[in-house]
Amino acid sequence: MGFMDFFKKKNSGDVAKDRLKLLLISDRADCSPDVMEQIKNDIIQVISKYMEIDAEGLDIQITQTESESNNGTVPALFANIPIKDLKHSGK
Amino acid sequence: MSEVIVITSGKGGVGKTTTTANVGAGLAQLNKKVVLIDTDIGLRNLDVVMGLENRIVYNLVDVVEGNCRIKQALIKDKKYPNLCLLPSAQTRDKSSVNPEQMKKLVDELREEYDYILLDCPAGIEQGFQNAIAAADRALVVTTPEVSAIRDADRIIGLLEANEINKTHLLVNRLRMDMVKRGDMMSIEDVHEILAIDLIGAVPDDEQIVISTNQGEPLVGSDSLAGQAYMNICHRLLGEEVPLLDLENKNGVWSKFVGLFKKN
Repeated sequence: MGFMDFFKKKNSGDVAKDRLKLLLISDRADCSPDVMEQIKNDIIQVISKYMEIDAEGLDIQITQTESESNNGTVPALFANIPIKDLKHSGK
Repeated sequence: MSEVIVITSGKGGVGKTTTTANVGAGLAQLNKKVVLIDTDIGLRNLDVVMGLENRIVYNLVDVVEGNCRIKQALIKDKKYPNLCLLPSAQTRDKSSVNPEQMKKLVDELREEYDYILLDCPAGIEQGFQNAIAAADRALVVTTPEVSAIRDADRIIGLLEANEINKTHLLVNRLRMDMVKRGDMMSIEDVHEILAIDLIGAVPDDEQIVISTNQGEPLVGSDSLAGQAYMNICHRLLGEEVPLLDLENKNGVWSKFVGLFKKN
């Protein structure tokens, strides 16, 4: 922790609020590992039509992201999809 | 028309029973006919909080099983003749009653009472299912802590799934000194996170402990918690009451008054 961080230390009330916001998103989404796996497989199928992707390295998760509405944050589905090979269009 | 309100929280120890006792006594003070039902079979407590533990003859399970009539099991409050308690059974378990039986029982009580308050057990199992089966509205009690709020959120989801759409949030055990310091989530924080109608907030007040020791609800007294509960009762009746200023306890004037009010 840097010197300046000491002064920027968040109040524990804010820490609690931030932690809860994240926690409730995953609670509410109620995405069991099964459902997440299905979503993952579907994404692989769709993307694979257009390019070759690394199915093993694919990572998806539900978190939150900044937005102009709704107090600045909204839930979001993040997917990190490594591409192995960009197929040339028309092939 | 009578209304059935379930007081629930998910997490234990956040003040469901205290809230049931005080809201019940408050509504009775406002001249409503009120019956409180303790649905926590096996771990009954509403009777001691109300100070009626020595008057129990029959209980909820006796009524459901037909060992007695409802009237025989109802205990009249010491102070308010229009307030009654249907105690729970202490030596049985949650499976002694099912949601249908609960509905039937409550429907019978609807004919005679304006408000039927159901004190729900902690958890989301059978006891919870029994308690919410007959409810028109729900009062979700939480404290400004991550664990209680998380459980409250889960409960709100389950209430929606069970088509109880009138849900009200009660933030209990608020410590304004900590909120001011930023070390406790504020009423607004909790309200924002759970996003249901806020019916009121009750401060963490020593008087609650004292009143529970004595077995007398403190609603309507001039303690901060007593006023907060009374305001909640008025809001339940549909009146618009501004949120109580929970900080006035620390004001110079109240301290001054407090000096003369000790006991």
